[in-house]
Amino acid sequence: MNAPLIVFFLLAAMCVIGAISLILQRHPIHSALSLIVVMVALAGLYLLMGAEFVAAVQIIVYGGAIMVLFVFVIMLLNAGAEERTNLSKLAGTAGIPLGVALTGLLAAAVARSQDAVHASVQSGATAPTKAIANLLFQDFVYPFELTSFLILVAILGAIVLAAPRSET
Amino acid sequence: MVPTHYYVILSAVLFGLGVIAFIFKRNIITIFMSIELMLNAVNLAFVAFSQVWHRLDGQVFVLFVIVVAAAEAAVGLGIIIMISRNRKSLNVENVDLLKL
Repeated sequence: MNAPLIVFFLLAAMCVIGAISLILQRHPIHSALSLIVVMVALAGLYLLMGAEFVAAVQIIVYGGAIMVLFVFVIMLLNAGAEERTNLSKLAGTAGIPLGVALTGLLAAAVARSQDAVHASVQSGATAPTKAIANLLFQDFVYPFELTSFLILVAILGAIVLAAPRSET
Repeated sequence: MVPTHYYVILSAVLFGLGVIAFIFKRNIITIFMSIELMLNAVNLAFVAFSQVWHRLDGQVFVLFVIVVAAAEAAVGLGIIIMISRNRKSLNVENVDLLKL
């Protein structure tokens, strides 16, 4: 067993344990911290694949910005532990077997797929950030500009939704 | 060298765990976090395929997914704040205005 494979299994175990912990924790803040573990481990996996720019963006945007937003909202709303109800027991008994079945189906479909999927990812081959920039600002320039508009609309929407109503 | 299908199977497992969390959790914030988990699982598959075919389009798609996830988080958390303000609760079962 070579070194990249060992690192892969360590990071994959971190991802899966973090995701299971997200499900099992009763308190939203603990779930949020578990999700941060998953995201940092995923950034490590991107580095292992040689996608260093995506790894940096994952840490900065997901681990840094989005999860901080989640933690802020959890603290702002003073979210307590969730209560178990009859409906949640029903969701557990019906949903968990179906979810496991979906996971097994997806994994089996991948494992039985063609050679293209089974090729090894070159750990040494890095994706140059310059090439990503060329692609982003030449071939994908219109979608890129559209995302800036999307962000603008999202900012306006968030302000309109969350701003305190002035009853006049 | 790590075979690509390991990455894709890990992506499938993470997506399945996200689906289970989405069904099982009752807290609206945790449900929202499970959506983020599913988006992350898809990103992992995108990057794996992008590296195996030596084409960078997949990584550009990941950037777009991250941007859309950030916009979605901003708007979604605004909606959650509104719901908790109106319903005084974060349990999704109390948000049943459309139910007969």
